Amino acid sequence: MFTVAGIGFTAPWLLVALAALPVLWLLLRAVPPAPVRRRFPGVALLLGLTDDETQTDRTPWWLLLLRMAAVALMILGFAGPVLNPKPEAAGDDGPLLIVIDGTWADARGWPRRINRVGAALDEAGRAGRPVAVVRLTDLPEGDLPFQAAGNWASRLAGLTPAPWQPDAVEPAEWVAGLPDDGFDTFWLSDGLAREGRGALLAAFEAKGSVRVFESPRPVYGLRPARFEAGEIAISASRSRSAAAAVLTLAARGLDPNGVERQLAVAELAFAAGKAEAETALVLPPELRNRVTRFELTGIRSAGAVALTDDALRRREVALIAGRDDREGLELLSPLHYLEQALKPSADLIDGDLLDLLLANPDVIVLADVATISEGEAVPVLDWVEAGGLLLRFAGPKLAASDVSRGQEDPLMPVRLRAGGRTIGGAMSWGEPKALRAFAEGSPFFGLPIPGEVLVSSQVMAQPDPELSERVIATLADGTPLVTRKRIGQGQVVLFHVTANAEWSTLPLSGLFVQMLERLAVSTRPVQPAAEDLAGTVWVAHSVLDAFGAVGDAGDMAGVPGDRLAGAVIGAGMPPGLYASGDRSIALNVMGPETDLAATVWPERIAVEGLAVQRETALKGWLLAAALGLLCLDILASLWLTGRLTRGSRGVVALLALGLLGPRADAQGGDDLALLATSEVVLAHVITGDERVDMVAEAGLRGLSDTLWRRTSIEPSNPIAVDLETDELSFFAFLYWPVTPGQPLPSVEAYAKLNRYLRGGGMILFDTRDADIARFGQASPNGSKLQRLARPMDIPPLEPLPDDHVLTRTFYLLQDFPGRHASRDVWVEASPADAERIEGMPFRNLNDNVTPVVIGGNDWASAWAIDEAGNRMFPVGRGFAGERQRELAMRFGVNLIMHVLTGNYKSDQVHVPALLDRLGQ
Amino acid sequence: MTTPAELRQRAEALAAPLPELLAEAEHLAQAVLLGAHGRRRAGMGDEFWQYRPARAGDEARMIDWRRSARSDAHFVREKEWQAAQAVLLWVDEAQSMGFASGPDLPSKADRARLLALAVSVLLIRGGERVALAALGTRPRSSQLQLLRIAQHFTDEVGNEAAEYGAPVIRIMPPHSRALFVSDFLGDLAPVEAQLTRAADRGVKGVLFQVLDPAEEAFPFNGRTIFQSMGGTLRHETLKAGDLRDRYLQRLAARKGQLADLARATGWQYACHHTADSAQSALLWLYGALERRR
Repeated sequence: MFTVAGIGFTAPWLLVALAALPVLWLLLRAVPPAPVRRRFPGVALLLGLTDDETQTDRTPWWLLLLRMAAVALMILGFAGPVLNPKPEAAGDDGPLLIVIDGTWADARGWPRRINRVGAALDEAGRAGRPVAVVRLTDLPEGDLPFQAAGNWASRLAGLTPAPWQPDAVEPAEWVAGLPDDGFDTFWLSDGLAREGRGALLAAFEAKGSVRVFESPRPVYGLRPARFEAGEIAISASRSRSAAAAVLTLAARGLDPNGVERQLAVAELAFAAGKAEAETALVLPPELRNRVTRFELTGIRSAGAVALTDDALRRREVALIAGRDDREGLELLSPLHYLEQALKPSADLIDGDLLDLLLANPDVIVLADVATISEGEAVPVLDWVEAGGLLLRFAGPKLAASDVSRGQEDPLMPVRLRAGGRTIGGAMSWGEPKALRAFAEGSPFFGLPIPGEVLVSSQVMAQPDPELSERVIATLADGTPLVTRKRIGQGQVVLFHVTANAEWSTLPLSGLFVQMLERLAVSTRPVQPAAEDLAGTVWVAHSVLDAFGAVGDAGDMAGVPGDRLAGAVIGAGMPPGLYASGDRSIALNVMGPETDLAATVWPERIAVEGLAVQRETALKGWLLAAALGLLCLDILASLWLTGRLTRGSRGVVALLALGLLGPRADAQGGDDLALLATSEVVLAHVITGDERVDMVAEAGLRGLSDTLWRRTSIEPSNPIAVDLETDELSFFAFLYWPVTPGQPLPSVEAYAKLNRYLRGGGMILFDTRDADIARFGQASPNGSKLQRLARPMDIPPLEPLPDDHVLTRTFYLLQDFPGRHASRDVWVEASPADAERIEGMPFRNLNDNVTPVVIGGNDWASAWAIDEAGNRMFPVGRGFAGERQRELAMRFGVNLIMHVLTGNYKSDQVHVPALLDRLGQ
Repeated sequence: MTTPAELRQRAEALAAPLPELLAEAEHLAQAVLLGAHGRRRAGMGDEFWQYRPARAGDEARMIDWRRSARSDAHFVREKEWQAAQAVLLWVDEAQSMGFASGPDLPSKADRARLLALAVSVLLIRGGERVALAALGTRPRSSQLQLLRIAQHFTDEVGNEAAEYGAPVIRIMPPHSRALFVSDFLGDLAPVEAQLTRAADRGVKGVLFQVLDPAEEAFPFNGRTIFQSMGGTLRHETLKAGDLRDRYLQRLAARKGQLADLARATGWQYACHHTADSAQSALLWLYGALERRR
């Protein structure tokens, strides 16, 4: 390729034509612009007048220059100029393999990597080489998928990194086992040293030449947070440690409203030359228990996110003993072993039972407390039903009392026989009993039972029909040792022995601690060992992708506990939060001991950066510029010959305005305010999808018309609202059609939206897909809606109840169809204490307007009318369809009435009572 | 050989615009008559003018006894002198008069004919005698003369017409009045000669210049070839805009020349643009012809 000053030409011979430009100059100069012929009687007066500038009988020089420039641009353009031409490397014509590590470490610079791959594909495409693109984390089966470069280019956008690392051995074996031979390799490394890289490099070199590309930026990884001495210690590692760096660490979690927020921020400073940085956070327990993950802000990578699990969560355990501590006999205290077992991993509180309930602890331990007074029992029961764990231990007092004898006590899991039994003592026969292996289905299943655990006394359960399902641990002879009953969301667990060593050696053993752990009384202090998790199955609750975004796990298969303990992340076990029963374990990309190190390549491999200078074809630009110059030439010629009349001048001015002038902003701030506030106005959110916006606008126009005709609401034309720029508080009602492609609003826009919702505004979300998906199930629009609405302050929702005020604000309605007729319409949930008063047809429901109405019935399409007032879309079929449209219209009327009049109709049911009180 | 049917067809086509033109002129003239002019139409030569004391030499029958009886002196009743005037019209029919710069403007010839016919209507109603120079007839004061003039105006002007017009008047009664309507863009020498001849014979009148607005403003730019209406004269320029000032100077000089000529011969001169109202032009013409009467 012929190259001048960094610009190459594909057809350089055309440049010879530039030599003809001077000839063109002479030719053009000799031809002046054609004259206009005019009939004009006044010519008699003109005779004899001469022009002042005699040289203008030739084309003016600037017009000549314009034309010459246009012609020169055309010649240059057709010569095929290319910016940053790639020198063609000789001999590269065999197949090309592009290998991407595709790990979480790649995620941060993924677009640049894809860009680099794209450049390599372009290059290979020009050279006609077959290409295969392979991620080491997702090795293809069988042969290498060699294809034309163009095929791969169209699939590049779909490539994503995986949130795990490639296996140490498998890739090298895979390469060695490939039947293809003699291909070159481009290796886009993620920059992290790991086992097996050398072997893999050797395997690639055996097949052909290897070029390695790597970003010089360090890779950062955040290790899981640890709880140490009352504060949260969190450390990070990086792969390159040359320069000092300060990163921001953010702790995120749900606030009391269920909205995810940044709960705390800390700085993580890497000193120059150090690969490690550590910081500590001190958070109040309430806040600490809310943290769901730590992340390094500004780094999009799974390595920069550390999910938290029970290890960080400190449960509040209330300890209550039934008898007064005997002074000095610490080891005989009923709570001593519990305190020892729980102190490292839980916050212990003690006090009066009712006072403790106010603190809403996670667990209340009652050690040998027999009777709970009537006044205490009810709040305790409520607390258990709301999810509390009541852990009771037996003891002499319980054995002596008649609690749960004839009839099961609500706060006891089983009925008890009087007295209990003693085995293997001085006054009794038999040997102290050992424990039987835990049955499957018991929370303790899989725990090893040490031989020294012996039970000498216990209270006995009455055989009842439910007994067998309530037993979760038994002695060797089958008598229940631990029983459990679920109440509401909570449970009551009874150890049939004492909490101290009087009746058994259980509290002395490690098994006691493990059992407490399994019951989620205490929480796991360190990474669980394989045996701790043996026999359990863990189900992913949420998973991380390589970019560090937390996603729903969907219905992934469960993971056995021993694999989870191995903590080797792979395709079947992505990083995320795994739960089993009441416990949860976070599986992070970075383990507590993981160190990051930069790759070390052999001397012979030259590592190239990811920066790429793409070839840019300039032909189009040059030709467009030439065309522009020729257009200018037309105008100039017209002007010169005086043919530029006033009309055409206007056209030219308009053209110039259209080309150059920025589009005037149609809605100035004050204009919008005036427009929106001088009359009632319905508004819709601009989604960016032109068609959806048009339909939304037409729909609101149709609804406005209907309102005008049928009700005393007389709205003016609907307004399209840009969430980022427009003030929302002018509108009472926003229609928000959900499209998968619309951008998420900025933080400021969300703040505005939340202010709007709190200030009494209403948003009607319409996913418009009720024909194909039910609400809340995975449709693109539904999941987009979830993402859109997540940062918003939306109260709990429920499907629209039959007696909601929306059913009667104007029309009496039971269905709310739009273009689709799904019944899934969700509104703010009615308060739990809403009750139907005797004699009233409806419940006394919430007192304000629901801030959101969510559905997928595509109401706007049913409402939409065009400029001429005709319906834009058909609804249903025939008369039934028209009926459905009518109902859609009525729903719209009811909705706007609800927005504007609130619970007025709901209050009307009180009219008889009010009249009665007034003495009418 | 033309058949009678053909002949009639042509005659109809010829006659069709005539009443319209006449009506328009009548309409214009009617408006003038409605003004404060107050000249009655009944009877000729019996209009009262003034009473003057009788002088020696007055015949006794000339004394107005009724007036004299109211005082001691004798009065003679004088009547307005109302000998009918002859008014000669010359309307330029050269090709240059056919120019109109815009589609909504009348051509200069149209305006000139309209004004001339309207003046004729007025004069004939006033009892004057009117002649159109192009017809070559003697001045007459009859509706037939009006019809003839109108007929002449609606005749097609052939291509043989000159590029620029010059007044050619064969019959010019002494002490009559004259109205020359033209654009006066051609050579002024024949006009001057004609005026001198008219002044010699005691003829007074009006030089009425009709111009198109484009001729007054010269709104041209760029490279242009200007051609006269017949195409015999042409002038090429590269920047028409540059010529504007000099053209306007020449036009002003031409107007000045005409005004000087008029003043020297006792005539009146006015310039009228086709974009202006014909009504005001007619009023001015009426006044100008009236004043001398």
